Amino acid sequence: MRLDRNTFLSIATMVIFGLVLWQAETFLGDYQIYIAKLIFINIILALSLNLIYGFTGLFSLGHAGFIAIGAYVSALCILPPAQKEIMWILEPIIWPFSDLLTPFWVSVLGGGLFAGVFAIFIAVPVLRLGDDYLGMATLAFAEIIRVLIVNATPITNGSLGIKGIPGHATLLVCYGWALFTLIVLARLCYSNFGNVLRCIRDNEIAASVMGINVFWNKVLSFCIGAFFAGIGGALLGSHLSTIDPKMFNFLLTFNVLMFVVAGGLGSLTGSILGATVITILLEWLRFLEEPMDLGFIEIPGIPGMRMVVFSVVLLVIILKRREGIMGTRELTWNRIFAFFRRLERREKA
Amino acid sequence: MLEIKDLHVRYGGIQAVQGVSLSIPHGAIVTLIGANGAGKSSIIRSVAGLNKTISGEILFRRHAGEEAVSLMGLRPEEMVRRGIALSPEGRRILPHLTVEENLHLGAYSRDDKDGIAEDMEWVYTLFPRLRERSWQKGGTLSGGEQQMLAVGRALMSRPDLLMLDEPSLGLAPLLVREIFGIIRKINEDGKTVLLVEQNAYAALSVANYAYILEVGRVVLEGPGRELLEDPKVKEAYLGG
Repeated sequence: MRLDRNTFLSIATMVIFGLVLWQAETFLGDYQIYIAKLIFINIILALSLNLIYGFTGLFSLGHAGFIAIGAYVSALCILPPAQKEIMWILEPIIWPFSDLLTPFWVSVLGGGLFAGVFAIFIAVPVLRLGDDYLGMATLAFAEIIRVLIVNATPITNGSLGIKGIPGHATLLVCYGWALFTLIVLARLCYSNFGNVLRCIRDNEIAASVMGINVFWNKVLSFCIGAFFAGIGGALLGSHLSTIDPKMFNFLLTFNVLMFVVAGGLGSLTGSILGATVITILLEWLRFLEEPMDLGFIEIPGIPGMRMVVFSVVLLVIILKRREGIMGTRELTWNRIFAFFRRLERREKA
Repeated sequence: MLEIKDLHVRYGGIQAVQGVSLSIPHGAIVTLIGANGAGKSSIIRSVAGLNKTISGEILFRRHAGEEAVSLMGLRPEEMVRRGIALSPEGRRILPHLTVEENLHLGAYSRDDKDGIAEDMEWVYTLFPRLRERSWQKGGTLSGGEQQMLAVGRALMSRPDLLMLDEPSLGLAPLLVREIFGIIRKINEDGKTVLLVEQNAYAALSVANYAYILEVGRVVLEGPGRELLEDPKVKEAYLGG
């Protein structure tokens, strides 16, 4: 493989960033690290939904379902058998889940694979629908998954959820999986397959008269997206150490959708930016809910204030930049260099 | 090459095509002309596999002397593999992809790299303007260039039967003449062409044979030159 400038810069950035994160504990507090991990997980979720919605144009609202599958499969894989026996109080856990114990990376891949396989069953009937109908059907499927989790008590511990999931998802692990997701999706989206997906998104009739099997490619994209959503879910479960069915409701899907739309539909770097900015914003805005003393007036803390401000910010983004931060463009090295060259020229002039 | 027998097309309760039979010989340019709603597009969309609610028979013979096969019930992507390409109405190029990427996608059904490169060269020779703009996004092209791209993309599947749905739609007269000149060239390079047009004069001038449709039926047929002189055609389609 020839190493050109851009590939070299990408690898160098990844490595340097990795080294910085490796030493993160020396200069970041627990809370900052917690947020940083959440950012990487959200990036994975945003990238996976962007493949389905941004690149293929499938309006899917079922992401929370796939995230839930990933989280539960992974939790069942890494929870020590002894702990499982104690925790399942409503009904005892059934074999083979009771004795299951795998390394963390196997559990993450397993979560992804399960979500991906489940997506096939959803995709085949549902992807024949278009637009809004697809949104409704996928939303319903996500709810079905949630109801199944609540009722499959011998496997999932029902509505009690699973607690004390080992925290294998360290900062570096989350970073690694986010990188893996980014690299795989970038290779996919900027290849012939990616062009096929965009072709289906822009014009299904044109795609089919060019000899593209529209349905099969939609199913493939949907399942790959679900696979990475499952991976994100697995990391999320280990990161939070507690999962229960209520977590995986429509709001979770909506959050991920927000990252994608704010970042730009059809832009991977946009999703990264969107997930990062919004995750940080949601945390940072917490100060609004604390009592404030402005010298002449004292404002008591209003719970929910940050969501109000946050909604306003989102509204401004959508009104002023409807295509999101990046639109369908990507932040590439060429673009960054071109930007600096322009700055230089402007300084000279 | 293509034999359509007693084709009926329904959309909901509406009969768009009511028992049309036509035949397209190898190496010819055949045109279907008629007003809006005459059923022209429905016919070629049926041949391309885009209409599901059809009855009748469509027989296809890729090479002269072969056994004819039925195309009924095949999906669009199977048609492409059999050597039938459609350049759909309204151009439908991909605005976010470059001209080159658009053309490459046109060759999606093939995997012979050398052949694809060869055809790419051929398309660029047919449409020199596409070569000049090969790195541009499809959406930034002018209407005429987008039409050229749509035709070029259909050619990239290396079809034996090329179907064009209203290639002159919305183009300036000079561009219409250019496009029709190229259609003739494509035909001389060995492609059979089925052309659907509202621009009756341009279509009849290039066609070997023409069918005139009215509300889902063939009302007149004959060699293009003859129909051009036909008083009825003159009055109804060529402005007197």
